[in-house]
Amino acid sequence: MSDLPKPEEMLTIDRRPGATGWMDTPVEIKKGIACYAGNPKSLEYTGLPNPRTWSCFDEDWQLPENWQEIIHNGLKERLEKFRSFKIFMDICVRCGACADKCHFFIGTGDPKNMPVLRAELIRSVYRNDFTTAGKILGRLGGGRPMTLNVLKEWWSYFFQCTECRRCSVFCPYGIDTAEITIMGRELLNLLGLNIDWIATPVANCYRTGNHLGIQPHAFKEMIEFFVDDIEEVTGLQLQPQFNKKGADILFITPSGDVFADPGTFTCMGYLMLFHFLKEKYGLDVTWSTYASEGGNFGFFTSHEMMKRLNSKMYAEAKRLGVKWILGGECGHMWRVIHQYMDTLNGPADFLEEPVNPITGTKFENARSTKMVHITEFTADLIKHGKLDLDPSRNDHLNVTFHDSCNPARGMGLFEEPRYVINSVCNHFHEMPANTIREQTFCCGSGSGLNAGEDMELRMAGGMPRANAVKYVHQKHGVNMLACICAIDRAALPPLMEYWVPDVDVTGIHEMVGNALILPGEQKREVDLRLEPLPNVETETEGEVKEEAADE
Amino acid sequence: MNKHYLYALSAVIALFLVAYVGTAVLGLRLIFGVLIPYLAVTVFIVGIVYKIMGWARSAVPFCIPTTCGQQKSLPWIRSNKIDCPSSTGAVIIRMILEVTCFRSLFRNTKMRLEEGNRLTYKWEIWLWVSALAFHYAFLVVIVRHLRLFIEPVPFFVRMLENVDSFFRVEVLYDAFQVGLPGIYLSGLVLLAAVTFLLLRRLVIPQVRYISLAADYFPLFLIFGIAFTGILMRYVTKIDVTAAKTLTMGLVTLHPTVPAGIGGIFYVHLFFVSTLLAYFPFSKLMHAGGVFLSPTRNMTTNSREKRHENPWNYPVPIHTYEEYEDEFREKMVEAGLPVDKPFVKPAEEPADSSAK
Repeated sequence: MSDLPKPEEMLTIDRRPGATGWMDTPVEIKKGIACYAGNPKSLEYTGLPNPRTWSCFDEDWQLPENWQEIIHNGLKERLEKFRSFKIFMDICVRCGACADKCHFFIGTGDPKNMPVLRAELIRSVYRNDFTTAGKILGRLGGGRPMTLNVLKEWWSYFFQCTECRRCSVFCPYGIDTAEITIMGRELLNLLGLNIDWIATPVANCYRTGNHLGIQPHAFKEMIEFFVDDIEEVTGLQLQPQFNKKGADILFITPSGDVFADPGTFTCMGYLMLFHFLKEKYGLDVTWSTYASEGGNFGFFTSHEMMKRLNSKMYAEAKRLGVKWILGGECGHMWRVIHQYMDTLNGPADFLEEPVNPITGTKFENARSTKMVHITEFTADLIKHGKLDLDPSRNDHLNVTFHDSCNPARGMGLFEEPRYVINSVCNHFHEMPANTIREQTFCCGSGSGLNAGEDMELRMAGGMPRANAVKYVHQKHGVNMLACICAIDRAALPPLMEYWVPDVDVTGIHEMVGNALILPGEQKREVDLRLEPLPNVETETEGEVKEEAADE
Repeated sequence: MNKHYLYALSAVIALFLVAYVGTAVLGLRLIFGVLIPYLAVTVFIVGIVYKIMGWARSAVPFCIPTTCGQQKSLPWIRSNKIDCPSSTGAVIIRMILEVTCFRSLFRNTKMRLEEGNRLTYKWEIWLWVSALAFHYAFLVVIVRHLRLFIEPVPFFVRMLENVDSFFRVEVLYDAFQVGLPGIYLSGLVLLAAVTFLLLRRLVIPQVRYISLAADYFPLFLIFGIAFTGILMRYVTKIDVTAAKTLTMGLVTLHPTVPAGIGGIFYVHLFFVSTLLAYFPFSKLMHAGGVFLSPTRNMTTNSREKRHENPWNYPVPIHTYEEYEDEFREKMVEAGLPVDKPFVKPAEEPADSSAK
């Protein structure tokens, strides 16, 4: 982090493009912006082409001899397979409405981070290779041949896009840069040009069932750590179930929540909720070690890899014989489940149409895919008064909610999380309207970009989000940023530390866990972070609280 | 500095000269009055059909609408039916609003840094206003021109003319009426809007940076069309009857080239022909593409109703059996259930990760 420019410097960058036209501005692969190349072992494990040790900072990228042909054919194939791609290549009028909608453009001021230019990087080659006008007019018609510089430009800028789709909300034709970036990355992957922060989680997920490469026994142990912590908080010994055949519901969440704070607290919230439902209503929920990943970094590699990784969800649900699947708080995981899973690996006719056995609610919106979002599930429980909640246990939190890109613009999940938040805590303030819901700003680290080496890019890209948090922090004293995405929970803490140091990050089910009154629990004195609760000050010392709050 | 506009401007000036010299000097009226318009219309129709069929041939493998409002989920949560349409009917409404009102563009905002550290987003309506004005003015102009292609002139064209030229309504029985044609608002709005869109492209640094010659060309061309049209109507006063003889000849497939039509008319016609022929090969196809845009024209109920991918194919997967085979011993030790009992291998290498 020491190489990072100061926040003030980053805010006041010049967003006016330079004097040289973009086609004449050669790409510059910069430290702090670029991510490291994919580990050849990871590529080999999943059978991806051209595994080798290489670096994006090298002159020679060790490409196959016929790489131009591979790209040309790959482009052709995708134009036939995806109407979205073909239409988006043809119909952009370059009105520029998307330009200042992109968090990376706002944050870096780099003109090639304007969504329109990001797409033009491919469009220029498309025109040159596939359109009559482009072939005749050449550069005059906006076409250019595929050169090494163009390829490097693709690599650089398709890994400076988080596929957040904010631009597609504003585009008069719905041109979706995520779609362009997805195709761009697929093409790059044909040459073995992935980044390690994507390639290795993919290989891990393929082998062990989760991105972090946690093996089954270790996965169980990690959850058992949380069980111990929960015991410290509640005095109750929970007994989560793993790989249990015949359970009612299979629960799948991103493995990030098992691995690192503050996701771990969200994970504890899930455990407590399931314990409560088991004790009170006999609901039988199982975790799986085989399908122990909700996220899908295959989505950031290719449609094929997305399908390969996603297949485990249905396969495991079938093997265990559960009724339906419940999914945890995650962003792109839910884009994949909501818009891709059924198409890729369905139909899931071996599962039942999801019904909440406690409330009787039919989740009709999930009738075919048979997977329900946990905030839909929890909101339904709360609405029917099935949870015993004490929101005052979250009184030390002044909360705002960050809509994660994918549940927002790839699903339309806005009210469910807000309903849950407002049911479990008493202090909630929205960020300004242009920065939430369908207009929400990305954390700046999505789609596999939350590596360590591109921290400058992440801090720049997250700036619009952080700026809105800062606004409610100053205006309403907000001190907690809630989200429903595991990448957010990993990416927002450093972002807050950089831009708004007094704001912490939480998942919604951490707050549910705090508020939920478990049958037979001891009087709670600390929250899930083991920090003293506000209403029990008489029994704990004031200093302890302050110390803990500093952390 | 982006000089692309110079290429486009030069091209339009060249087109002007070609048409003017070709008809006024060389007298090639048959070519510019008949041959080129026919050719242009053919290219326009064949080109558009070809392009749209090309798009239609490409598959729609996934259901990827951009959701811009609350989904339909629990019965007590009000969903946003237009911006997150879960039924075909709602999609149709979304599309109608998109196509007729430019709903997405209406959302446009402008980012600004205030007080040095606060990002703000202001509603930016001028692009939407000018785009809407441009398209509707153009539409009105086109409909008005039907008068030249249909005999007798249909009632709706007359009606539109009356509305469009409300100045004339006021002086309908005035002696001036014969000599003074009503001022068609649409022509002036079209010219103004096209000028605004052009200036916007030239003045805003980011928009100038992204603009290609192909972005300036249609603007200059349409400016030329509107300008020559207005010129003929209010200044040079062409012989409308002669013009109609020509246009009626074109649509009835009995082309004639009457005398007495000035060079400006042929320039106007040549510009229009160029626009028609250029249309299918250019970004102007956004007019057709917007209807096929998967982020707008699909229902958002993808969990409720399965979307089929025509080219879905089987992929290699890592099965549970393979997984358990690799980790069975550790799973058993950790107390995790397994499908096959663990038997200690006699004396084999423990490395089973090789695959």
